[in-house]
Amino acid sequence: MTRPKDPAAAAEALDAHVREIVRWHFSPETGCPFWLDWAAQADWNPLADVQSFADLLRFPNFDGEILRTAPHERFVPREYAGKPFTIFETGGTTGMPKQRIGWEDYKTDYTEFSETLDEDAFPRGGYWLMIGPTGPRRLRLAIEYLANLRGCACYFVDLDPRWVKKLIKRKEFDQAKAYMAHVIDQALLILEKRKVDVLFTTPKLLEALSERTSIPGAGIKGVFCGGTTMDPQTVRFLVEEVLENETQLVPTYGNTLMGLAAHKPLTPEDKFSITYYAPQPRAVLRVVQPDAPQELVEYDAWGRVELTTLTRELFMPRFLERDEALRRKPCEAYAWDGVAEVRPFGANEEKIVEGVY
Amino acid sequence: MALPHIPVLRAGKEYESLDRKELAGFADGQSLVSISQANAGIVRRDMRRSPGFEALRALTCERLLEICEEAGGHFMESSLPLNATGDSQSPDEYVAALSATSGMPHTMCRRNMSKINTVFTGMRGILRGLMRGMDPGVIDRGVGEHDGVPVSYAPTSKALGVVLPSNSPGVNSIWMPAIPLKVPVVLKPGREEPWTPMRIMRAFLAAGAPPEAFSFYPTDHEGAAAILDACGRSQLFGDAAVTAAWKGDSRVELHGPGYSKVLLGADQIGRWREHLDVLVSSVVDNGGRSCINASSIFVPSHGAEIAEALAERVAGVEPVPADDPDARLSAFANVKFADYIDGAIESGLAAGGARDLTAAHRSGPRRVELDGAVYLRPTVVHCDSPEHPLAKTEYLFPFTSVVEVPEDRMLDEIGHSLVVTAITKDQGFQDRIVASPDIDRLNLGPVPTTHVDWDQPHEGNLFETLYQRRAIRRADW
Repeated sequence: MTRPKDPAAAAEALDAHVREIVRWHFSPETGCPFWLDWAAQADWNPLADVQSFADLLRFPNFDGEILRTAPHERFVPREYAGKPFTIFETGGTTGMPKQRIGWEDYKTDYTEFSETLDEDAFPRGGYWLMIGPTGPRRLRLAIEYLANLRGCACYFVDLDPRWVKKLIKRKEFDQAKAYMAHVIDQALLILEKRKVDVLFTTPKLLEALSERTSIPGAGIKGVFCGGTTMDPQTVRFLVEEVLENETQLVPTYGNTLMGLAAHKPLTPEDKFSITYYAPQPRAVLRVVQPDAPQELVEYDAWGRVELTTLTRELFMPRFLERDEALRRKPCEAYAWDGVAEVRPFGANEEKIVEGVY
Repeated sequence: MALPHIPVLRAGKEYESLDRKELAGFADGQSLVSISQANAGIVRRDMRRSPGFEALRALTCERLLEICEEAGGHFMESSLPLNATGDSQSPDEYVAALSATSGMPHTMCRRNMSKINTVFTGMRGILRGLMRGMDPGVIDRGVGEHDGVPVSYAPTSKALGVVLPSNSPGVNSIWMPAIPLKVPVVLKPGREEPWTPMRIMRAFLAAGAPPEAFSFYPTDHEGAAAILDACGRSQLFGDAAVTAAWKGDSRVELHGPGYSKVLLGADQIGRWREHLDVLVSSVVDNGGRSCINASSIFVPSHGAEIAEALAERVAGVEPVPADDPDARLSAFANVKFADYIDGAIESGLAAGGARDLTAAHRSGPRRVELDGAVYLRPTVVHCDSPEHPLAKTEYLFPFTSVVEVPEDRMLDEIGHSLVVTAITKDQGFQDRIVASPDIDRLNLGPVPTTHVDWDQPHEGNLFETLYQRRAIRRADW
């Protein structure tokens, strides 16, 4: 897919996409019961009144709790009725997880993402190893799809983040460490017995793996990494020491509700500060004032991350993520706003446990 | 103007982190320094190697003792670098910075400097004390003879981890003998006190110690845990909550609250006025901040009288500006601590069974402000019973309780006590005190609890922490 070259073209493409998606979800012939019922009770008509992305500000922030309770069928667009769907759950949530249903979105996201990968670091035909949360997560299927798309297959070592969170909450740190060691043991076994070119894992697991083996020494050429905070110092540490300035790091920010945001390749001027760009127009990230989420923060200022998902499978306007980030300007590769140095919302005020994963 | 910068030291190599924290004076909020922060991964990674161990092994103990002696001079008199790019700190600048971030008055900072210098220059005697007179050359060779017995000692760890507090620069003297004992140090400074460990390390380096022997990681809780996890032996300074997590880990020596006490024997109670100076020193010295300050005074009788007389004496200790040569109180760098402590004392008093006898001798409340700094004035509480919540507690300012306890019950009541000063000539009582497992440091007679002899162990003997004796037998062949 060709990306718009400048912010004006990107905004124009986004507005056109917004009109199409709103028309899809709010038309009785194609839309889903949830949004059709919502529109019936609203005192305005999204079908007629939404002409641009700016008009989406008329929607309140999407209440994510609905995804824990509403029957999945409420989100099935009429056009998809009867077509089996997949249920994806959010990452490390304890208690009833948020659940999103889907069909092909993840394939679209990862097909587009695959085009951004370096051919040497993520060689076609090379085996992948995913070390991290699999289970009911979109990521597991997505990584396998990505490996397949690039002409090979993926090994998996699972880590259950919900169990890790419980252990940390109970202060059973020894158990958490033992579990992490158990995960790394399995990964090392795969690396020892099989030829693997590419890893997907989280920053902490990547570091833990590097404490037991040299990652470039194990033949890993590229690491696709995400899941928890990566501040500039962490990125520098991963690049310079964990990956020994040899294996390529491709950090990502994503989740079940958005898909994945690609990063702008680092330059020395970035000083290891990573900026992510949402897969616009299918998803839009804004960095907003925490106490006035209609308003954007200034560029290079901290704010709360707001996600709008705009696909035929899911319309989710203005969902406030539990993350904060710096708002960054568009760049050459991505002609829309980026989010940088993403971290848990409120991390500056208190230490937030993200778990060992 | 750019702030001075304190880098991470990774086995002596400077590392400028992308994550930096500014440290500001607590009273005026003015930033004094930018400090590179080490992420925990860096600590874990470095701990897998131990280059400093071999570097120290390559020097004789004698040479390291010479280095210590010279380092004392640098510590006291030299302008020492903060980094390799030109920032440095003179002794006066060190005192001013330490005072501005810790709340300690200048005079107390200088007293702590002298204490640390005593450790540098008296290191030979300190090792003699810690090694019970054994020739330090034994650790050069690993084998030797002591009192006619063949001995062999092996290091227990290739590094000593030290997680330091922010409130007491003097505690750095506890790890310093590790260097002549040939064990590298891995230091995590307190968030508000990078100055003293940095200055000590720079003094060692200026005197010729190998840089690889010093690692310095300003870091977070995860980084601190990485140090404690990775080092074969560590010292952890912190309050009860911090140290609790490592209780039971024999590799980690805990330096938590001291709950230090003075016990006045029945044989001396009639002469209590003669011992009032010892009580005042025990409570007030070093700003009453240290774990070796007396937080409880147990007496067999005359409790109210003693508390009243002590209150009258300590109430005269008032906050004065930090550069006043007569300053005896430290300000609270973190006002929340002062408010918490003041509130805890007030609720303890409100529960009944205890009276603040200092209240009548001071003009105004316990919590006062001076030049933008918050102080707590000295407080003596008379408790009806050793069970009272204020009877056996410890706070970060001159605070003590006086409580009547029959002499024959005192040892049952003291609980773990870092220092006990036992003022008694009763041999039977002394014998029971000496046999108590609850006492770490013991002063027999009228010695303030705050008195320190550096050749004596403090919460563990560092030589015994860092070396273990092994059986040795050489064949005659």
